[in-house]
Amino acid sequence: MAASESYPDELLYHSEHDWARIDGDEATLGVTWFAQDALGELVHYEAPDIGSTVAKDASYGEVESVKAVSDLISPLSGEVLEVNQKVVDAPETVNEDPYGDGWLIRIRMSGAGERDQLLSAAEYRKVLEDA
Amino acid sequence: MLRRTPLHDRHVALGARMVPFAGWEMPVQYEGVIPEHKAVRSDAGVFDVSHMGELEVEGPTARDLLQATLSNDVDKLAPGDAQYTLATNETGGIVDDVILYRLDGHRYLIVANASNVDAVYSWLKERELRGSDVRNVSDDYALLAVQGPRALERLGLEPAKPFTWAMGDVDGVEVMVNRTGYTGEEGVELACMADEAGQLWDAILARGVVPCGLGARDTLRLEVCYPLHGNDIGPDRDAISSGLAWACALDTEFTGVERLRAIKADGPAQKLVPFVMTEKAIPRQGMAVVGGGAVTSGTMSPMLEVGIGMAYVPAAASKAGTELVIDVRGKERRGVVAKKPLYKKEQ
Repeated sequence: MAASESYPDELLYHSEHDWARIDGDEATLGVTWFAQDALGELVHYEAPDIGSTVAKDASYGEVESVKAVSDLISPLSGEVLEVNQKVVDAPETVNEDPYGDGWLIRIRMSGAGERDQLLSAAEYRKVLEDA
Repeated sequence: MLRRTPLHDRHVALGARMVPFAGWEMPVQYEGVIPEHKAVRSDAGVFDVSHMGELEVEGPTARDLLQATLSNDVDKLAPGDAQYTLATNETGGIVDDVILYRLDGHRYLIVANASNVDAVYSWLKERELRGSDVRNVSDDYALLAVQGPRALERLGLEPAKPFTWAMGDVDGVEVMVNRTGYTGEEGVELACMADEAGQLWDAILARGVVPCGLGARDTLRLEVCYPLHGNDIGPDRDAISSGLAWACALDTEFTGVERLRAIKADGPAQKLVPFVMTEKAIPRQGMAVVGGGAVTSGTMSPMLEVGIGMAYVPAAASKAGTELVIDVRGKERRGVVAKKPLYKKEQ
């Protein structure tokens, strides 16, 4: 079952439709409701390797629907600590729960000050409205 | 400016995602590609394919014109019959793949792909004979494909032989009932007058048929390995390499037939083959086949739940069971050449 539209206030957002949940020096990353809705039901998650590094604004993997492929843009730099195997096995989890069970990777952040460049939920909603 | 079918407002009202396709604004999905695909495999779905073109060819020499320009044998058609055939060019390439219907003694209807209807029209018009008249009647008709194991039951139509047509009626709308389709399922393609399309669409939905978009149409046809012009076949690929020798009556005379005979005799250098991924990856159009060749169509099969596709590969590597490796955005992923169709009911 597809989730209904939401952009939780406790998350930070990247204009390429990705979110970050920051906890100390770690962050969990995923894609927003808007991204999964635009793609449709996800059928493949090409995840990065654990231990690899991701860079802010660069692609760290891909998600695919039947019709389309989309790069995953990292909102933050860091080292990949964990990949959500549940999404690798059942990519539609992202459609069902984009901010919960549908998270994509967990990283240890390396870029000081990067979080300050991300958007609040209100700012991200503005990006969507202006698009 | 994109063109709109007579059902445009109904698609929007149903919440369809509208996309540009071949110069038209068309529904790519309503509820979602996967549920729509499964509705057609398990029950019945309806597709607005009014963007497709209709050409009428009429006159005492209509048969001669069509026999000289289309690859299949026109003489196999009695009134009420239809056939899959190709408009071929001098190199044996495919201008378009079409369905040819024989309406009566000297009158034929061609249903062509939306993106090619002008090309086919010009192709025939330039070759018109004394006593044959080619007319583009695309704007007069709407075309609705109703497909799936329960399509006939839901429409209240009796089964009939594939590749035949007859006039009929669906809830008071006069329709040409064509026993053709692009999904591998039982079903019909219904042609009606454009101004009655809304009434027909509403009647079909009221009978419990699921509206389906072009997204599901593409995944359905790919599971059963029907080629898509512009992806898998085109003017630069000869019909033999494209695996369409069965639609070429090489004992008749038509444009490009000498070339096709030669290719058939020598064997094509490359062949279009269906394949299934054995590693987790989704092939896409344009991806390279390692060792030579390219993917022309690819998707995740909603029924098989693996990546599937079609690709041109060297003839030596075209046998079912041969491993092939696809370059998926820089990563090598394995698949295997398979037999048509990739999806079969019995599975």
